[in-house]
Amino acid sequence: MKLAWEHYIGLAGLVLMAAGNAIGLFWAPPEMMMGDVGRILYVHVPAAWICMVIYLVAFAGAVASLATARPGADALVESSVEVGVLLNVLLLVLGSIFAKPTWGVWWDWDPRLTASAIMCLTFVGVMVLRAMVDDVERRASWSAVTTVLAFVNIPVTYMSVRWWRSLHQVQSSSSTMSAEMWNVLWLNTVALLLVSIWFVARRYRIARDRADQLRAPPLEVAP
Amino acid sequence: MIRLVQQIAAVVWKDLLIEWRGPARLSGLFVFAVAILLLMAFAAGSVEVMRKIAGGTLWVGMLLASTRSLDQSFSVEAEQGALEGLVLWPVDPLALFYGKALANALVLFGVGVALTPLTIAVMDAPIAGSPWVYLGFLVAGSAAVAAPGTLYAMITSQARGASVLLPLLLLPLVMPALLAASRGTTVLMEGDPMDQAGGWLGLLIAFDLVHWSLSGLLFSRIVENP
Repeated sequence: MKLAWEHYIGLAGLVLMAAGNAIGLFWAPPEMMMGDVGRILYVHVPAAWICMVIYLVAFAGAVASLATARPGADALVESSVEVGVLLNVLLLVLGSIFAKPTWGVWWDWDPRLTASAIMCLTFVGVMVLRAMVDDVERRASWSAVTTVLAFVNIPVTYMSVRWWRSLHQVQSSSSTMSAEMWNVLWLNTVALLLVSIWFVARRYRIARDRADQLRAPPLEVAP
Repeated sequence: MIRLVQQIAAVVWKDLLIEWRGPARLSGLFVFAVAILLLMAFAAGSVEVMRKIAGGTLWVGMLLASTRSLDQSFSVEAEQGALEGLVLWPVDPLALFYGKALANALVLFGVGVALTPLTIAVMDAPIAGSPWVYLGFLVAGSAAVAAPGTLYAMITSQARGASVLLPLLLLPLVMPALLAASRGTTVLMEGDPMDQAGGWLGLLIAFDLVHWSLSGLLFSRIVENP
């Protein structure tokens, strides 16, 4: 049996993720100020980056859905919004675990944290809307509209650490960390990206199948 | 262009007339906001806390009241196919959106103006800063809720569980605007010693510009595919 292409990507992602996590936990040097606690960066930062990338895919799907009304674009919105929310929840949970030993609290009403929580809620709203609408065409156009509006807040979330004096550190880059840490961070980011592509592709196929079942079958000539 | 402006004015006039002829709806909205104000005052416990949360309370009251008002704004259109009639007349979808959004913003602004003396009295939080800037916050804040609110009310009025869906979609989306409006109003009530109100008002106006342009554009897509 021939496996679908996304399974190979998913498998590569899982292997890289296992390697990246092992390197991050055991081989990468501890962070100078935070020590071993800083190793959570290797999963927390990729979750933030890939979450925003997947929301960007959802936005692109929404624009395509509004422009072309193609079922594939709507399926892309459905699949990427769901995977984006999953990563968003992962981001918030990992951030909370990171905050306790470094800031002394599980949660702080810091602009970045608040914006990330708002980002999650706006996309959960899109998912709930989809669940409440049965008509395929209406669901596609309404969820595209709400996805575009939900995406508007994402640049604000990304820039919040620079625009407001925030407890959260500024965005990680090669200039804010050593090359050894940066490489491990990138390895984990690529791994999570591959796994996320796998999830989106699988979810996309399910969404397409469900949408096809809901559409009326084509008319056929009587025997 | 002139035709579009005339259509917008006609839709605003129609919506305000509906509000005027059914005062029970408008007064119900105001009483709902007052109830939230009183509940927050009871929960605050002390005068110091009340003063600190006065700005936020005013905006939470307005925001929650807005969900009722926006919901009603499209439920009246759904009765006897009024919305369909408007589209077929033909009223430009842009005029329909901007007319309804303006009417919703005006209603919300009215609730905010009426709620202000009560907030000052109940929360013991007089406006120590510029009253004109305060009015600017009421205008920009009402507009920030009205534009995406009108778009979402149009969507949810035709979906199952509209009364749950509208707050669920709208509240997270307008949270940055609520944050700017409540922080700005609070610093104004404290006399704006660090000169922060202007920055919050700027953020609110930027939010308005983005959402009023984007929502108008997207509304046309929904009306084309109702």
